[in-house]
Amino acid sequence: MTGEQRELQYQPRRGFLQQTGGGLGAIALMHLLRGDDCRASDRGTGPPHFKPRARNVIFLFMAGAPSQLDLMDPKPEMKKWHGQPVPASMLKNQEDALIRGSARVFASPRRFQRYGRSGIEFSDYVPSLGTVADDLCVIRSMHTDVANHTPGQLLMNSGMPTPGHPSAGSWITYGLGSENRNLPGFVVLTSSSGKGIDAGAANWSNGFLPSEYRGVTFRAQGDPVLHLTSPNGVSAATQRARLDAVRDLNHMHLDRVGDPAIASRIASYEMAFRMQRSAPALLDFSRESKSTLAMYGLDHDTTRPFGTNCLLARRMVERGVRFVQLFHSTWDDHSELDKNLKTNCDMTDRPAAALIRDLKERGLLDETLVIWGGEFGRTPMNEVRRGNTKGKEGRDHHRFAFSMWLAGGGIKGGQVVGQTDELGYHIERDPIHVHDLQATVLHCLGLDHKHLTWRHRGRDFRLTDVGGEVIRKVLL
Amino acid sequence: MAHGLCQLATVLLAAAAPPDPASQHWAFSRPSRPDPPRVHNTTWPRNNLDRFVLARLERDGMAPSQEASRRTLLRRLSLDLVGLPPSLAEIEDFLEDESSHACEKVVDRFLSSPHFGEKWARWWMDLAHYGDSDGYLTDQIRPVAWRWRQWVVDALNDGMRFDQFTIEQIAGDLLPDTTVEQRMGTGFFRNTLSNREGGADLEEFRNLQVVDRTGTFGITWLGLTLACAECHDHKYDPISQKDYYRLFGFFNNADEVNVAAPLPGESIGFDPAKKIYGEKRKAVLLPVAEEFEALQKKWEAKLLETEANPGRDHLWDRALELLGLVWGGNLGEGQLEGLNIVHTPWEERTPDQRDRLQDYFLRAGSLTDGARFAELKIGEVVAQLDKLANDLPSVTRAPTMMRRRVPRQTHVHVRGNFREKGEAVEPGAPAVLHPMHGSGDRLALARWVVSHENPLTARVTINRLWQELFGRGLVATSDDFGTRGARPSHPQLLDWLATEFVRREWDMKAMLRMMVTSATYRQRSTASPEVMERDPTNTLLARFSRQRLSAELVRDNALAASGLLNRKIGGPSVFPPQPASVTAEGFENKWQTSTGADRYRRGLYTFIQRTSPFAQLATFDLPNNNTTCTRRVRSNTPLQALNLLNDPTFIEAAQALGARLLRDRGGNSPVAHRLDRAYSLCLARPPREEERRRFEAYLATQIAIFQAEPEAARTIAGEPVPGSDLVEQAAWTCAASILLNLDEFITKE
Repeated sequence: MTGEQRELQYQPRRGFLQQTGGGLGAIALMHLLRGDDCRASDRGTGPPHFKPRARNVIFLFMAGAPSQLDLMDPKPEMKKWHGQPVPASMLKNQEDALIRGSARVFASPRRFQRYGRSGIEFSDYVPSLGTVADDLCVIRSMHTDVANHTPGQLLMNSGMPTPGHPSAGSWITYGLGSENRNLPGFVVLTSSSGKGIDAGAANWSNGFLPSEYRGVTFRAQGDPVLHLTSPNGVSAATQRARLDAVRDLNHMHLDRVGDPAIASRIASYEMAFRMQRSAPALLDFSRESKSTLAMYGLDHDTTRPFGTNCLLARRMVERGVRFVQLFHSTWDDHSELDKNLKTNCDMTDRPAAALIRDLKERGLLDETLVIWGGEFGRTPMNEVRRGNTKGKEGRDHHRFAFSMWLAGGGIKGGQVVGQTDELGYHIERDPIHVHDLQATVLHCLGLDHKHLTWRHRGRDFRLTDVGGEVIRKVLL
Repeated sequence: MAHGLCQLATVLLAAAAPPDPASQHWAFSRPSRPDPPRVHNTTWPRNNLDRFVLARLERDGMAPSQEASRRTLLRRLSLDLVGLPPSLAEIEDFLEDESSHACEKVVDRFLSSPHFGEKWARWWMDLAHYGDSDGYLTDQIRPVAWRWRQWVVDALNDGMRFDQFTIEQIAGDLLPDTTVEQRMGTGFFRNTLSNREGGADLEEFRNLQVVDRTGTFGITWLGLTLACAECHDHKYDPISQKDYYRLFGFFNNADEVNVAAPLPGESIGFDPAKKIYGEKRKAVLLPVAEEFEALQKKWEAKLLETEANPGRDHLWDRALELLGLVWGGNLGEGQLEGLNIVHTPWEERTPDQRDRLQDYFLRAGSLTDGARFAELKIGEVVAQLDKLANDLPSVTRAPTMMRRRVPRQTHVHVRGNFREKGEAVEPGAPAVLHPMHGSGDRLALARWVVSHENPLTARVTINRLWQELFGRGLVATSDDFGTRGARPSHPQLLDWLATEFVRREWDMKAMLRMMVTSATYRQRSTASPEVMERDPTNTLLARFSRQRLSAELVRDNALAASGLLNRKIGGPSVFPPQPASVTAEGFENKWQTSTGADRYRRGLYTFIQRTSPFAQLATFDLPNNNTTCTRRVRSNTPLQALNLLNDPTFIEAAQALGARLLRDRGGNSPVAHRLDRAYSLCLARPPREEERRRFEAYLATQIAIFQAEPEAARTIAGEPVPGSDLVEQAAWTCAASILLNLDEFITKE
């Protein structure tokens, strides 16, 4: 937003209408993007609190909780404990419904290898990640408060374990707005290896914020945005004629009534039309080079769904979409973990690494914060409910320690932060709570998590609830 | 506009007047009965309410706006009272009625319409956060959730007084000689979520339900954000953590239970059939009855033992967990009902409880003695019982609450952690409010809520009725009457209305009638620029505030104007068409699109799948159904434009409206005639000259386009109207769609 626009924002209404003389360009649009409802809020779309490192975020959310012990937190000592109960000392004071004393340690069958100059270890299921290891900051000391999927996903995405709160993407677009006039500021892309996403659309809910901050789901197939395509029989000429008539008639009404809400209604129709025109270009990969398409794995059925979403994410941040969130479900491997984990890794490993490399090559990585991870981790033990048949082993939910990685926008790559004990059960160094991660993400975007608030039911709510410390170690 | 305004108001008012010391906070003392003030302009007020509004305007040197045109007023009344546009006949009748009480007459007609309950149920459902599914991961359906919705619609239509409405919803089950109908009121509290995800901690999620009920209760009836005191004393309001858990105690002792609540016609034939069923069931089980009973007792003993000693045997841990998780799944039954039966001594169980637990045991109890289960061929017995049950006519059940048989001792939860129990507390009222009389059960709580001594209930409720009509409450923070909430813009008016509400024996219809027949309500929404500038938020009510229609009404109005609307009242939720990708956002949700007339029901009846809400409703700000909502946001987004332009439902409405217009060939000037009619159906007024010209120009353009694209014309025109040219019909379909897209169409002017 320019200084001039910001000034105009505070013009009284009549002045606003006179100055724009019914020609409702950027002003009405700004009104629209900020929404009718938040002109008096303490933030609304505006400049960051301080100088940002990142402009955009791509969150690769791995719904269902991937097994960190089989991907990026190697525990060679586990072999010694394999088949044994977990030492009682580790279970002390544990009140988690999902942690059972009778469970036995299940050593990871995966092989790990060091990658890059940094020598970060990844398992043989995610070799592509290894190739961008020097750009990644792997956090092995994440922890969360809840160990069921829906509450866990909501906590990770909205800062609260109960539904009804705005997701991070909503908070951020509310705080910073969008830089693209033709596309929503917060976009959601989904892919799956079977079942859907546990907490569903609550993960990208605007909660109590106005609905323009809700994540808009783009689909790679069919209508990318709900009702984006004109109905059969409505050609471009008909659509334009309809829209012109709607605009003119609304204008007549605006002239009579003078309510700026009508001006933003008019602007919303113009943006809808521009979305109709620009979304197909966004989805049109014909100008991407063959090598780019191959890098994202669009040439293989396995990698195509997630690869398409990763490529779309890059194309969106290129166009100024503020927050792109990919959901890949589900990593909830209570049984047959080794086989299922491979399925998900085969689908996502190559495209995720391609995204990092591609952003970097295009000079976008510095201003784009990329986040990878699920809602919690998985237990070092085999899951007791499913028995011990070889190959059928699985891991239960584990909230005391799990891994995520960050890259780009303000993040110091090529490092591992945090350490877990020899079984990966507890954190031994640098515990990082979900709220700390959220505070850090906002910090990278130039937002102070304690000052991005919304008054609701008598108190000021924020993404980090009442917690959150910026994690200095992960920052450049 | 709601929350932006209220934030501004909060800021301004907070600056003007520092918060009272909590104990003297205005909302905690009983409203006095102020006399309507003197005003200079004595001709404007139509009733006492107006004198309060006018006095305030005069104090600021402002004058009210002129009365709205009769057409605008009729449409406003119709949208506000029944949620539908006025019919052509209603418009004509109203315009022809020259009596001085024409407005009152039409108001009375709307108030006695069965659609009144449909419109006015919705704000109440927002408070209860109604949904047709469990929420959380598996989000299983609740096929009988609608029984409570219907209860609300019926109660409102019957003019049930708000005190009774309150008592039956908080404690209908505890009333002396309670009826099934009264018990169904408690379905209010069955809109909490149920987590059926494997591994969920039953006590944790039961506790969350009680937390939700306590918080929902506080906001709904007291306008207080009690939830703030779950973890610590309230930071701003004089509600201690102990106060919170005293209220929590009422709901901690309420269990979920579904009851047989036969629909009209269902009970006929059921009782004899049930008797026959009972006998046959006994006969099937007779040969093995004793052994079954012994096995079941063993099973129950093992479950209770497991509950007391978790972690010893994971198979039994799992069996116990499953009983709690899956009981009544996809039937909308209370999750813990099965466990509650296990906790009830054998001889105290009702026959129904006995049968239901036995049914569960026979299907899921083989862990007790698998070999014996096989020898006794329990699978075959189950098959026989299934067959018997199939022949039993069904009786629709309803979700309710019941008093827990053995009360739970409630403790303060240290820092809100339900595992960390602090001081024991007994159910009771917050210390800052009036004392509670009676036995300390929910009935005492309900009576305390509607006691004349309660300073909050009448104010909070009247403020919400006002908000529903005027777009903004007299207290802008309709969820927070505490010290951090906004101060009332018209404190005397609020108190006068609150006392009037009680004086009129909590009659909601009477209060609405007074509000909508007032001069304040009848003002135009187009004010002079001076008024707009002086009071942009319309706090002082020198005009009427334009308001975008709610999500449901956007749908209802398109269907009504087109003639597609199915006006059937009540019944189970329906599944109107929507893109398949919406349902796929949930974990494993299904959407069996309704067929026939059910596709065109009012938005109120659309099935609410919590994890993937119906797209059109969500796009138009249907509130999040997982938590209580006291005022909806009204946003304005491109997705709404796309929805109105391209959603097949709205295209279908445009086709139906276009055909409806074409079928009418009246007069020498069919185009002008049709436009008049189209405008009347959609906006209750004729087009203005410039609008008429614009439409005529549009039709010419559109006809030219379709002449060049005959195939497109055929596609969009819809079902051909005999004797009409398809190109013309297609153009009228698109013209109809333009009307459905106008800002005015989705706005209460």
